[in-house]
Order: sequence, then C-alpha cells, then structure tokens
Amino acid sequence: MEWETVIGLEIHAQLNTISKIFSGAPTAYGAEPNRQACAVDLGMPGVLPVLNQGAVEKAVMLGLAIDAEITPRSVFARKNYFYPDLPKGYQISQYELPIVARGHLDIELEDGTIKRIGVTRAHLEEDAGKSLHEGFELMTGIDLNRAGTPLIEIVSEPELRSAKEAVAYMKKLHSLVRYLDICDGNMQEGSFRCDANVSIRPKGQTEFGTRAELKNLNSFRFVERAINHEIERQIDVIEGGGSVVQETRLYDPDRDETRSMRTKEEANDYRYFPDPDLLPVVVDTAFVNQMREKLPELPDAKRARFVEQYGLSDYDAGVLTAAREMGDFYEAVAAGCGAPKLAANWVMGEFSAALNRSEVELAEAPVNAEGLAGLLARIQDETISGKIAKEVFEAMWNGEGDADTVIEAKGLKQITDTGAIDAIIDEVMANNPQQLEQYRGGKDKLFGFFVGQVMKATQGKANPAQVNERLKAKLDG
Amino acid sequence: MSVEASEVQRIAHLARLAMSDEKAREFAGGLSDIFAFVEQLDGAPIEGVEPMAHPLDAEQRLRPDAVTEPDNREGFQAIAPAVEGGLYLVPRVIE
Repeated sequence: MEWETVIGLEIHAQLNTISKIFSGAPTAYGAEPNRQACAVDLGMPGVLPVLNQGAVEKAVMLGLAIDAEITPRSVFARKNYFYPDLPKGYQISQYELPIVARGHLDIELEDGTIKRIGVTRAHLEEDAGKSLHEGFELMTGIDLNRAGTPLIEIVSEPELRSAKEAVAYMKKLHSLVRYLDICDGNMQEGSFRCDANVSIRPKGQTEFGTRAELKNLNSFRFVERAINHEIERQIDVIEGGGSVVQETRLYDPDRDETRSMRTKEEANDYRYFPDPDLLPVVVDTAFVNQMREKLPELPDAKRARFVEQYGLSDYDAGVLTAAREMGDFYEAVAAGCGAPKLAANWVMGEFSAALNRSEVELAEAPVNAEGLAGLLARIQDETISGKIAKEVFEAMWNGEGDADTVIEAKGLKQITDTGAIDAIIDEVMANNPQQLEQYRGGKDKLFGFFVGQVMKATQGKANPAQVNERLKAKLDG
Repeated sequence: MSVEASEVQRIAHLARLAMSDEKAREFAGGLSDIFAFVEQLDGAPIEGVEPMAHPLDAEQRLRPDAVTEPDNREGFQAIAPAVEGGLYLVPRVIE
C-alpha cells in the first residue's frame, strides 16, 4: 500500500530577553546552578508574576513576520502537571487565546517549488527548570536557572508531508527568529527545540491516522532521521496487522531509534484554566505598528532584492540570505569592491570554506568585509589574477596583512607587460621544440600545455587573458 | 453536576496527593455541594455578555525587560530540605 506522511511541528524558541518572562532574574546561559532563580521562579508562596514587555514585543514581531493575526486581548492560563523542575505545579502558558494566531511560512521544496505551511498559533509561556538524574543516590538534582525563561511555542498545521519538508520548515523558522533577533537559535543549548507529531495514512484518505509525538529533536539532522524512522516504524506496525498508539516517543541519537516515553497512566490531563494572577494582555494597534516599524528586512524580501539589485541567481541569493549576518557581510563586500557577482562567488566559495575550516563564526573571521573587498578590488583592476588571489587570501587569513601588503611583500603583482610575456613565451617555445612541432602538426590540445608552462615560468603571475592571446599569435605564427 | 469519589481520587493522583477512600467520598460530597451552589449561575441571563478571563476589568501591566533580582541562592537553599552542589535535591524521578 502507498502511505502518506502527515507531520505537524511544535517549535519552542527561547526569547532572548535579558530577564525572565515573569520575574526580574537574569536568563543568561551557563550560570552556576540556581544562581538565577529568584522567589518567583522557585514558586515561593505569596509571589506574583509580572509580565516582561520585551517578551510581548518579540512575540508580536514574530506574529507580524509570519503574517499572522495578533490577538488584541490574549490570556495566560495554567497548565497543571506534576514534575519537580516545575515548582509551582503548573506552567504559565496560553491556551484558548494565544497572542499570535493563524499565520504562515513559505518553504522551498527540493524541486524549487514554494509550499505554504500554515501556522496554527504561537503562544507565550515559561520554560521549566532542568532535572539531573545522574550522580545522586536515589535523588534527582534540580536546577531552576532555566525556569521562567520566556518561550514562544510555534505550532504548525499538519501540512508537512515528509521529513525533508519538516526540516525545510524548521530551517526557515530558525532563520526567521535570528533575523528578527528574538532568539539566538542555539540548538545545542536548547534555545530552539522541536517536537514533531507524526502519523501516516493510506494515500488518498482524508482522515488522519493516529499520531505519535517525537521529542528531543535538537538538531536538523536528528529531526530528519527521527521522523524517517518513525514513519518506517508506523508502516511496519500497521502492515504487520497492529495499530499505532497515541504516545510520546523519545528520539535516541546514539541508537538512532525512537522509544516510548510515557505510559497511559500519565495521559495528558492538564486541567487548563485562566491564571488568576495575570490579567488579559492588551496589544493595541499603536503597539503593533511600533513593532512593525522595528521589523528588519526579512529573508524572502532580502533574497528577492539580491537577485534584483546584484543580478545574482536565485540560488546564490538564497545561500547569502539564509543568515542575516552573512547577507550583511556580502553587501559590505559587494559595495566595497564594486563587483557583486565576484563578491558572491568569493563569499560563498573561498571565504565560507575558510570559515568552515577554521571553525570560527563570521564575526570572529580574521578577514573582515573591508579586507575581502580590498582583495577583490585587486582582481578587478587586474593587479592579480583570481588564482593568485586565493594565495593572497590565505595569507590574509593567516594574519599577514591586507591584500596590498601581501601582494607587495610576496611580489605577486601580475605581469601585464606584453614584452615580458612575449620573452617568456619565446623561451618556453625554445625549450619545448618537440611539443611545438606536434602542435604545429595539428595537435591543438597541446595549447593547454604551453599555457601551463608559461604560467609556471611566471609563478602564475602572468595575466591569463594576455598569455592566451600572445601564445595563440606566436604558436600559429 | 455531582462528583464521584473515583474522580476525586484521579485529581488527587494528578496532584500527587494521597487520599483514603473515606476522605475521597467525603470530598466528593462536599465538592458536589459546591458545584450545585455555583450552578445557580446557569440561570443568569448572559446573552451578549463577553466571557471574562479575570474578575477585574483591568489590563496586564508590563514590566521593562531588566534584571532586578539579585542572586539569593544561599538564602533560598538554607530552607530547602536537601541541596548538593547548588542543586535542590528531590526523591529520584525516573522518566
């Protein structure tokens, strides 16, 4: 039987406020345990939550960026469950009236077509603390530094049809929250987390099958692998005559499998009700407009502009705009050297390769936009060839100075003097009489041999176009 | 609406409260009386009245995004039953 996969994603993004959503404790990552957990975060008796304006602003910005409805009066609710890293016994979340409703995100499929994925809702809530089960005899250690960190949970419609689509959606959202500067997107530290609801149904059937919820998908690679595994598992279960049970499954990256996590005894019964400690959150038109003005140019718009303004291919524009910093870097290089296509090739080629090799972030790269533009300008004015430029670039990356300094110090300036080139060509011809004879006898392929010899004799410094032209004249002459 | 003792037990379990069957029956009776009292509101004319999320007709005040709470871990942990290495210790929880 042919099966169709149905996937919906719930993505939790930590908002990068400096203080918590309902308290004035700091949110910085990596502090000593419980140094950033105040009375509100600990759920001490008598405390009251006060909502952080920064969290509301960031939630509204996300809503505007996905073309969603901003709820004029949204309501916080208590989601009740028992777990020690949730000291109040409930998580403050939003239920019936989330701050953001009904938006969408366009993803690009492998064949280049655009698919619009509905976003059901996005709501504000507080993160829980962390439980540490290792290293204590019969006890669990609780760190509440993370408790109360603002989260926005973004829930997609069940409109994704493959693991690849799910990854494309997740990457798109990841890029968006970083553009908006509302989340640092650090998946390893848990700032951007994903749960996937996965089910299958016979192709053509309209009703959904029973779904399993996959948790702990903290990298793009894991999302794809875990979903594909889960699809196979469900097909095996159904084709083996069984039926899929609704349950939560945890992905184990070491074993590359999912396994059941919750038994039915723990069936979700959260008994939501409006939190009496918090009043309705009013977001009026003036506030929304203020946030609209704060929106940066978004990835899709920037990509279209790069195609239009710089004459780049849609693919290249997509690569250069995937991360906001990379787009800014590219624009600075293009403006600095006046050659947008050359700049695109270098930023995506040599420069990105060097970043990967050195495992450094863009901001820490030893060659900045001005430096790279300076190098490309020397290709443009024919001081050096593109090939020599790679050598100069490497020296710049190793801290040997800017392009002009390196070119001067290493004597890499291109030879453009026709007389000098002619002299070298004559020498090469004289040294290779056999090849010359064969070439003149009709073996055209040997032209490349002569080009190579000339470039070798000049250590690559001869202007390639001139070498071609002069060689042709002399060999045929 | 009346509440059964079994339902009281279920809710008690969700909140991790231990309760004897006798107590559960007692609470079921009390809770049923409370619901009956509240259900009088079903007779109130509410056509055209917006649902309320809060009894106060007011809006949530917002706090500027600033750190205002100093670290007081020692103070809080002085009253905790068990701590180790800065962590609060609780009976082992197995997932």
